[in-house]
Amino acid sequence: MAEKLLEIKNLKTSFRIRDEYHAAVDDVTLTVNKNEVLAIVGESGCGKSALAFSIMGLHTRAKIEGNILFKGEDIANVAPSKLNKLRGKNMGMIFQDPLTALNPLMKIGDQIGEAILLHNNTLSKSQRREKVVNLLQKVGIPRPEHVFEQYPHELSGGMRQRVVIATAIANEPELLIADEPTTALDVTIQSQILDLIKDLKDDMDSGIVLITHDLGVVAEMADRVAVMYAGQIVEVGDVLTLFEEPLHPYTRSLFNSIPNAHGTQDKLHVIQGIVPALQNLPRSGCRFAPRIPWIDEAAHEEQPILHEVKPGHFVRCTCYKHFKFPEETKEEQHHGVS
Amino acid sequence: MWKFSLRRIMIMIPQLIVLSIFIFVLAKMMPGDALSGQIDPNIDPERIEEIRVQMGWYDPWHEQYASWIGGVVTGDFGDSFRFKMPVTEIISQRIVNSFWLSLVTLILTYLIAIPLGITSGRYNDTLRDQLIQGYSYLGFATPLFIFALVMLWVFGFKLGWFPTSGSVTPGLEPGTFDYFMSKFYHLLLPALSMALIATYNTILYLRNEIVDTKQKDFVLTAKAKGASETRIYNQHILRNSLLPIAAFFGYEITLLIGGSIFIENIFGYPGMGQLLVESVTLRDYSVVTATTLLFGAASVLGALLSDIILSIVDPRIRIK
Ligand SMILES: Nc1ncnc2c1ncn2[C@@H]1O[C@H](COP(=O)(O)OP(=O)(O)O)[C@@H](O)[C@H]1O
Ligand code: SF4
Ligand SMILES: [Mg+2]
Repeated sequence: MAEKLLEIKNLKTSFRIRDEYHAAVDDVTLTVNKNEVLAIVGESGCGKSALAFSIMGLHTRAKIEGNILFKGEDIANVAPSKLNKLRGKNMGMIFQDPLTALNPLMKIGDQIGEAILLHNNTLSKSQRREKVVNLLQKVGIPRPEHVFEQYPHELSGGMRQRVVIATAIANEPELLIADEPTTALDVTIQSQILDLIKDLKDDMDSGIVLITHDLGVVAEMADRVAVMYAGQIVEVGDVLTLFEEPLHPYTRSLFNSIPNAHGTQDKLHVIQGIVPALQNLPRSGCRFAPRIPWIDEAAHEEQPILHEVKPGHFVRCTCYKHFKFPEETKEEQHHGVS
Repeated sequence: MWKFSLRRIMIMIPQLIVLSIFIFVLAKMMPGDALSGQIDPNIDPERIEEIRVQMGWYDPWHEQYASWIGGVVTGDFGDSFRFKMPVTEIISQRIVNSFWLSLVTLILTYLIAIPLGITSGRYNDTLRDQLIQGYSYLGFATPLFIFALVMLWVFGFKLGWFPTSGSVTPGLEPGTFDYFMSKFYHLLLPALSMALIATYNTILYLRNEIVDTKQKDFVLTAKAKGASETRIYNQHILRNSLLPIAAFFGYEITLLIGGSIFIENIFGYPGMGQLLVESVTLRDYSVVTATTLLFGAASVLGALLSDIILSIVDPRIRIK
C-alpha cells in the first residue's frame, strides 16, 4: 500500500465577493502518495490554483473548511508560523508565470538562497552560495556563478522558470506543487521544463501535484489524474484508466479535445462553453448540466456525488451510464435505420 | 552607473539654458522696473530715461540676456538696486538658511510619512489605515499658508514655544554650539508646519504602492518559501514600494520650494523665498532673476538626484 503524503478531505475554499462567500473549491477530497505524480486537469477558472494555494496556505482572504492532512497532520487553518516551517522545506511550489514570480530587485542567488536560509541558518554564507550554485546547475542553468549575481530581468522566461524551480526544490521538499509550470512559456521551452521536472521527480521521490491542461503532459508524467470542474472533482483515476475509459462526459470531452496518438482527431463532440464565474455557479443541482443542454432533464441527478466504479476510479454521477454525445446518438440512429 | 549619471547630467544642461532664457524673458516682462517706484519723484524723468539707456534697458533682449548669463556662469548676478550690493552676496546667507530649512522639512516629511504610509499600506482598509488616510486628505485639503499661520499663532505667539521670526538669535557667535542650536530652533516650527502638510502625497503614494506590491506574485513566492510576514515586508514589499518614492523625491523638492515661499514669509525667515517675494514687490530685478533661476536649478537638480537614486536602487535601470 502506497504511503499517503497528503490527504485532502472535504476541502472547501471560499472567497468573499460582495459580502457573500462563494466556493471556488467545493468539497474536494484527494490523496497524494509519496513518489507519485497526481495531475489535476480542468479548464481555466475551475479552481485548480485555488486548490493549490489552499494546500500551501497562500490565500490571504479566503475561508477554508475541511482538512488538509500533510503526513497525518492537519495544516488547514494552522498558524502561519507553523506553516512557515513546512512551506519551502517540506512542500515547495512552482508558479505559473516566471516573469512575475521573482522579486525584480533581488539577485537570483539571493532569492534561491533565501529559501535555504529560512530553513537552515547554520550554513555560512559561502556554504549557502555553493548550495545555490549547485541548484542552479541542477536545473540546467549555464554559467551558474554568473547567473547567481544577475537580476530576474536579465534572464529569459525559460531561465526564470528554472530559477523558480530551483527555489521550490532548494530543500528537497516531500511535496512539490507545480501550478501550470509551462503555460506561460514558449512551446520549445515547455518541453525542456517538463523534462527537468521529470528528472527531478525521478531523483527526489517526492509527491508531485501537477496542475496542467496539457494532456500530453498528463500522459507523460502523471500516475493518477483528477479532473476538476467548477470547483469539484468530477473524476479521479489512474492515468491509463482515464485515457482508456474516461466515464464522465466532461472528462470524455476534455480527453477528446486533443488529437489522439494517431494524429487523427476523434469525432466526439467537444463540449462548448466556459466555466461560469464564481458568483454565477449553480448552487443546486448539477453544475455541469448547463454545458450539455441536449441531455434530457430527467437524466440528471439532483446532487451528483462521486461513486467508486472500480477500485481507485471515482466518477461523479451515475448517468455516465446513459449519457451520450450528440454524435454518438446520431451514429446509433444511423445504424438503426440501415 | 557613472555612465548613466553622466548622460543624465548632460541632459540637464539644455534644461538649464531653456530655464534661464524663460526666467529672463519673464522678468523683463514684469511691469515697471526698479527706477519707476524707488526714485525721488523730483528727479527729472529725462534723467531717469538716461539711466535706463545707460543700463541697457532698451537693448535687444538677447543682448541683455547674453551679458546677464555671461555674468551668471561666473557667479555674478549683478547688483541689487535695493541693497546696493552684489546679488551674490545677498543671496549667499539666504541660500544657506533655505537649504537648512528645506533639509529639515524633507527629513521631517519622510520621518512622518514613511512609517504612516507603511502602516496604512500594510493594514489597508482597517481603522488605522482610515485614520491615516483621513489625516492625509486633511493635509491635502488644508492650504499651507493658513495652516502655517495657525501654527505660528498657537506655538509661536500663544504658547510661546518657538521664536516667531528670524533665523537665529542675534548676538550669538557663528560656529558655536549655541548658534547652531538657535538656528535649528528657529527653523523647527516652519519646517514642521510645512512637513505636516507636505506628507500627504508620500503617505498616499506609499500606501498604494504597498497595497499593489502585496498582490504581486513574487510575494507569493516568498510566502511559499516559508518567509514570515515581517520578512516578506522587509525583504520584498518595502524595497519595491519605496522605489517610486525615490523617484518622487525630485518632485518633492519642487513642492518644497513652492511651500518655502509661503513659509518663509509667514515666519519671517530670511531665506530665498522671502527674498524673492520682497524683490518682486520692489522690482529688484537682478535679485528676482537670480532667486528664480536658483529655484529652477534646484528643481532640475532634484529630478537629477531622483534619477540617480533610482538608478542605484533599481537594477533594471542600472543596466541600461
Ligand atoms: N482571491 C480570489 N478572490 C475571488 N475570486 C477568486 C480568487 N481567486 C480565484 N477566484 C475565482 O475562483 C475561480 C477559480 O480560480 P482559479 O483557481 O484561479 O482557477 P484555475 O487555476 O483553475 O484557472 C475563478 O472563478 C476565479 O475568478
Ligand atoms: S447530473 Fe450527471 S449527467 Fe447530468 S450533467 Fe451532472 S454529472 Fe452529468
Ligand atoms: Mg490557475
